[in-house]
Amino acid sequence: MKTNSKYKYTQKIAFAFLAPWLIGVVVFSLVPMIASLYYSFTDYDMFNAPQWVGMGNYIEMFNDARFIQSAKVTAHYVALGVPLQLIFALFLAVIISDKIPGFKIFRAVYYVPSLLGGSVAIALLWRQVFGIDGLLNNLLSSLGFTQFENISWINNPGSAVNTLIVLLVWQFGSCMVIFVSAIKNIPDTLYEAAEIDGAGPVKRFFKITFPMLTPIIFFNLIMQLISAFQAFTPAFIIGKGTGGFRDSILFYTLYLYFKGFTQYEMGYASAMAWFLLIVVGLLTLVLFGTSKFWVHYDD
Amino acid sequence: MLYPLIWMISSSFKPEELIFKDMGLFPSEVTFENYIKGWNGLSGTSFGLFFKNTIILVIFCIIGNLVSCSLAGFAFARLRFRGSNLLFSILIVTMMLPFHVVLIPRFIMFNALGWTNTFLPLIVPKFLATEGFFCFMLVQFMRGIPRDLDEAAMIDGCGVFSIYLKIIMPLCKSPLTLVAVFTLIWTWNDFFSQLIYIGDPHLFTIALGLRTFIDSTGDSNYGQLFAMSTLSLLPIIIVFIFAQKQLIAGVATQGLKG
Repeated sequence: MKTNSKYKYTQKIAFAFLAPWLIGVVVFSLVPMIASLYYSFTDYDMFNAPQWVGMGNYIEMFNDARFIQSAKVTAHYVALGVPLQLIFALFLAVIISDKIPGFKIFRAVYYVPSLLGGSVAIALLWRQVFGIDGLLNNLLSSLGFTQFENISWINNPGSAVNTLIVLLVWQFGSCMVIFVSAIKNIPDTLYEAAEIDGAGPVKRFFKITFPMLTPIIFFNLIMQLISAFQAFTPAFIIGKGTGGFRDSILFYTLYLYFKGFTQYEMGYASAMAWFLLIVVGLLTLVLFGTSKFWVHYDD
Repeated sequence: MLYPLIWMISSSFKPEELIFKDMGLFPSEVTFENYIKGWNGLSGTSFGLFFKNTIILVIFCIIGNLVSCSLAGFAFARLRFRGSNLLFSILIVTMMLPFHVVLIPRFIMFNALGWTNTFLPLIVPKFLATEGFFCFMLVQFMRGIPRDLDEAAMIDGCGVFSIYLKIIMPLCKSPLTLVAVFTLIWTWNDFFSQLIYIGDPHLFTIALGLRTFIDSTGDSNYGQLFAMSTLSLLPIIIVFIFAQKQLIAGVATQGLKG
């Protein structure tokens, strides 16, 4: 009897500590998730009551040229940007972990862009750098490449997304820092043994460093994928809130924003959000499925 | 790597007509005109106001995250209760969720409450531990603190709340610093939620102010734009310089993003 009341007491205390989080989860996550799932099956403009349309929004999405365009742009951005960013991060992590002088300075300098990269200020800078009179064209023409003088990289549909990919890759620092600390945890004895067996640096990388890092690469890959799908600020600022020339940088989230917050098609925007969740969720599951073929865990 | 950034800072001190001609990192002619004009630039609202608004927002977000995430973290890490495994899984799931699935209902809710054009939609969720990642990080850290400490305190007649406040919290200085610093950086860099909820120029944050600046002056005023961009990045750069060690350690061990 006594233990029972004490048990109830500790339960009460625990839930008192949890209360803010619990309220937050219910009010700001669970209920909104269910609500947006419901809205995704309706037409809702916030002024009139939602009208049930069944799968209407989802069907409309696939007949909507701008939706398809936004999905293509985002797929291009994620599929090219995330692997490039990870390769870059891994490459530099291996180089700077190799006991070079000034290791801490390099690490700090490479890390700074990932702190600043998501800001409006950097997006504005990018607009200038890749603009028609921008820094890149000035550098190119001073090197004698004058054929690019009339190209605006951010307005040219062929290159606009790529300037944003450059921005994503530029922010490789946080992944690099994670790789560096994982590399430092690989026992030196492994490398010493490999060296005695006559393995060169390239072989040592592919036979030791890479396999030992696969769990971390996997973690970074998942985290970067999830965040890259949600990229918004650079595309919004660089395209001046339009999606860019011929919708060349109409990111998925940007189109979702237009639908929801400028056209007040809340049902359609909710359907887009759920479609995004499903795609990201499936992709994560598939990656987890493939992980047993290439990710090495100690046990 | 930092060339474009340093070029921008240097250009902010150059006279407008030199910016596009001069690719060097040292201005041949230094002027503060961009800063003076840019600061007062926007039709009546100065960047001082944007700074003030952003700082107020950041302070409330930091307090909210510190209090709410540490309370939740303490419950998950140190207390036994029914359903803890299930609730902990929910915490993990909310961490990975693209926030767009909750975005529209949240907006509709805040709109119905009349909270648009206030900071409440940006601040209140922070007091309810919606930053799952910070809760998770604090749980991980608190689990590593020896349990003997709680038991010894309990024998000395300490209540659960005093254990949280007087024993666990002081030992969590380093993860709590990380929570504060990353809240500052994320709030400072945030644009999307501020764009959605804040339409009144008197409540504009730096991110919104900069965006309006480019819309109103177009591409003709890169000097002023660069000056204000530089100012907007300055606080983050200062925080980085002072908290560099903790930040890099946090990224390395917790996988925190920049």
